[in-house]
Amino acid sequence: MPTRHHWMVRVTHWVNAFALTLMVASGLRIFNAYPAFARKGETFCCYPFAGHPVPDWLTFGGWLAGARHWHFAAMWLLVANGLAYLGFVYLHGEWRDLVPRRGQLRDAWEMLRFYLFVRKDHPHQGKHNALQRAAYFALPVFGAVAVVSGIAIWKPVTLGWLTRLLGGYVWARYWHFLAMLAIVALSAVHVFMVFAVDPYSLRGMITGGYDEAKSPEARNARPFWWRRPAPAAAPSAPEAK
Amino acid sequence: MSIDRRRFLAISAASITGAFLAACGSDGPPGSGKFLAWTEKRNEPVERFLFRHTSMDRVPAGAREAGAAFPKYYVSDDVPVWDEAARGPWTLEVSGLVDHPLTLSLADLQRLPTVSQRVNHYCVEGWTAVADWTGTRVSELARLAGARPEARCVDFASFDDGYHESWDLASAMHPQTLIAWAMDGKPLTPGHGAPARVHSPIKLGYKNTKYLVRVQFLAHRNGGYWSDQGYEWYGGT
Repeated sequence: MPTRHHWMVRVTHWVNAFALTLMVASGLRIFNAYPAFARKGETFCCYPFAGHPVPDWLTFGGWLAGARHWHFAAMWLLVANGLAYLGFVYLHGEWRDLVPRRGQLRDAWEMLRFYLFVRKDHPHQGKHNALQRAAYFALPVFGAVAVVSGIAIWKPVTLGWLTRLLGGYVWARYWHFLAMLAIVALSAVHVFMVFAVDPYSLRGMITGGYDEAKSPEARNARPFWWRRPAPAAAPSAPEAK
Repeated sequence: MSIDRRRFLAISAASITGAFLAACGSDGPPGSGKFLAWTEKRNEPVERFLFRHTSMDRVPAGAREAGAAFPKYYVSDDVPVWDEAARGPWTLEVSGLVDHPLTLSLADLQRLPTVSQRVNHYCVEGWTAVADWTGTRVSELARLAGARPEARCVDFASFDDGYHESWDLASAMHPQTLIAWAMDGKPLTPGHGAPARVHSPIKLGYKNTKYLVRVQFLAHRNGGYWSDQGYEWYGGT
């Protein structure tokens, strides 16, 4: 069986999942120390939930100081791992399967039509379909926003030029928060689609093994495809045992 | 043995959720304290490397002064007020590794070269507050007292129930690090550290000792009230 993902991609994927979880959870604990954005004595235009902390069970680090230590420890892992991944996909050529290409919008439209039952057969768009490409390309972009805005609020005086470039400390902190939300939202959709459309890809991301005959394209798989009665033409879902 | 897809999914979901719940809301696995102390020690040289005497805090145009909304923090049960009847007139001691130890009254302090600056106050909690601070640079005190070359740290001690924080010398000598006695053009109020306090945008709020009574030049770091409880000793912005 051909290897679905190079071992570098598999290792950096899981390290990233671990580092991101640590960063998000410890970051939320830090956020809870001041769950708002406004400078003291001012109001902030763009955050309707000011003053409402996120639930404790979503946070990590125990208390503000602990969470800060975890955040400033895991940031190195996140950045080093991210650079290793980006360097690898660039040098090894995997980027070709990940960057948007000609016809991206049309392909994404076709995928939407398929998921919305307008189109019957799963489009064949290479290793990743257009929606996946968009997501896998956007994730490192949001990651870069999170890292740059994070550095800006870590050293708002020492690296004041960077903080000012992002509109000052208050806005840099807001961009940092929004980048986190975007990463969390993308990751949630990603995990949902793994289980709902292509659970076989889990194996592909662990051992690298992947059976093309079971790909969503071959199975005509939509989210929760196995819960629907199989159409006569498509292979039926295996019986639960 | 083979497991079918549903079972596999159920087991995967359960293990991931279990691992997540086990990790969340806690301080981390046992022994993580040592690991985090190690990472803090590794981060500090990076922060010192990034530090520049020429990097100045600037308040964005249009940012409003916090005024009454500027939070008032102290560790005593009540607002610390210097009791002149019991302790005599307030003085600031400049001591440690200096050639000429100083004892300055508030009037002495105010006769020294004065700086006024409109800067941010960066709290470790994540909020910032803008105010105008007036005072003397700590570097001015170092010059007057003749700080010796072997001084590498400065400890700022208060009369607020033993509160103190020690700094690296470079941050203490930053031009925006002041011994401030006025805020927004008025003498400091007890809520903001009267009669004098440390104020600098270059360190997080908890490093900015209020109710100041002693500036001590040291060869080694001397911890601090919050640093000893687990907050970063460096605490630089």
